[in-house]
Amino acid sequence: MEDVNESPFIKYLRKDRLPHIYCAGCGNGTVLNTFFKGMEMAEKDLNNINMISGIGCSSRIPGYVKCDSLHTTHGRPIAFALGLKIGNPDKDIVVFTGDGDAAAIGGNHLIHAARRNIDLTVICINNSIYGMTGGQISPTSPLGSFGSTAPYGALEKPFDLVDLVSAAGATYVARWTTIHPLQLSNAIKKALKNKGFSFIEAVSQCHTYYGRRNRMKSPLEMLRWMKENTINKTKADKMEPEEINGKLIVGEFVNKIQEEFSETLYNLIEEKSGNRKKAIKSAYQGE
Amino acid sequence: MIKLDPDLCKGCQICTEFCPNQVYEQSKTLDKKGVHIPIPKNEDECSKCNLCTLMCPDQAIKVIDDD
Ligand code: SF4
Ligand code: SF4
Repeated sequence: MEDVNESPFIKYLRKDRLPHIYCAGCGNGTVLNTFFKGMEMAEKDLNNINMISGIGCSSRIPGYVKCDSLHTTHGRPIAFALGLKIGNPDKDIVVFTGDGDAAAIGGNHLIHAARRNIDLTVICINNSIYGMTGGQISPTSPLGSFGSTAPYGALEKPFDLVDLVSAAGATYVARWTTIHPLQLSNAIKKALKNKGFSFIEAVSQCHTYYGRRNRMKSPLEMLRWMKENTINKTKADKMEPEEINGKLIVGEFVNKIQEEFSETLYNLIEEKSGNRKKAIKSAYQGE
Repeated sequence: MIKLDPDLCKGCQICTEFCPNQVYEQSKTLDKKGVHIPIPKNEDECSKCNLCTLMCPDQAIKVIDDD
């Protein structure tokens, strides 16, 4: 039941576990709100949603939500999610992951799930750092940024997650930041509705480990940076490469319809055995 | 009317900074957790856009539409 005096998102949360563990001003809480907003916009029922996560700050999100969830091993949430989707094709499966979990340890799972176009919604909260373990450089830390493993600045070129999953075959891809909560909610709505592999990159602030070492000590400084340094894709497409250098391009990158993996698989089962239902041995049905 | 849950708020000041109508003001005093809880001082200016509710990382804000 919704208490008229509390945030409209509290009804979806395990209230006894609040306040959550995140630092004051961490973007994880904002991304969680945008998920609920997107879920309402997509008219999805939380009872039909299963949340899967790996390891990291953002991966603790499902534990706060009133739905069935799996908190899995580092980098593997997509592998678990894939199995769950194939066994329970009617469930809406949502993965909460971070840049380290999704792109480093679990990079292989990410590209192959995108390639298969299996119906999952992956929300990757990208804070450009390993926050939980003390600020090590991640695969999305910008070149030259400082971290506990890069006292002289990162030497490696980062991944562009949107380019990566788009090239791998995802059918819905968008990037927004925590300073764009409405656009982010809308993208999550579309991702939930897309029958296929959807990837949302939610660029977020970790002022504690990223900001502090990169001249942005507070969440407000990081959010101001995002506000000033993001360019909408439609605008960026018309600009010269040097004009968009160092900027963060936000918007919708892929939105297309293609054959979905679990559907294809069940069609094949039906064709070969004549019984679609028999193949589904759901944990929910008790057998 | 704006309700702010002092048990959930961690004083990040995101609402104070990003409310388009400058409704909130940072309190001068610290609460028992050592946090500056914002005060919705200019409630009359609130357009009920709910941006603060959506941005608040700690689900501490409720904007009641009492018109
Ligand atoms: S609802 Fe909008 S105008 Fe009202 S306090 Fe929140 S952000 Fe400001
Ligand atoms: S955004 Fe939320 S947690 Fe931050 S100061 Fe405002 S009410 Fe408190």
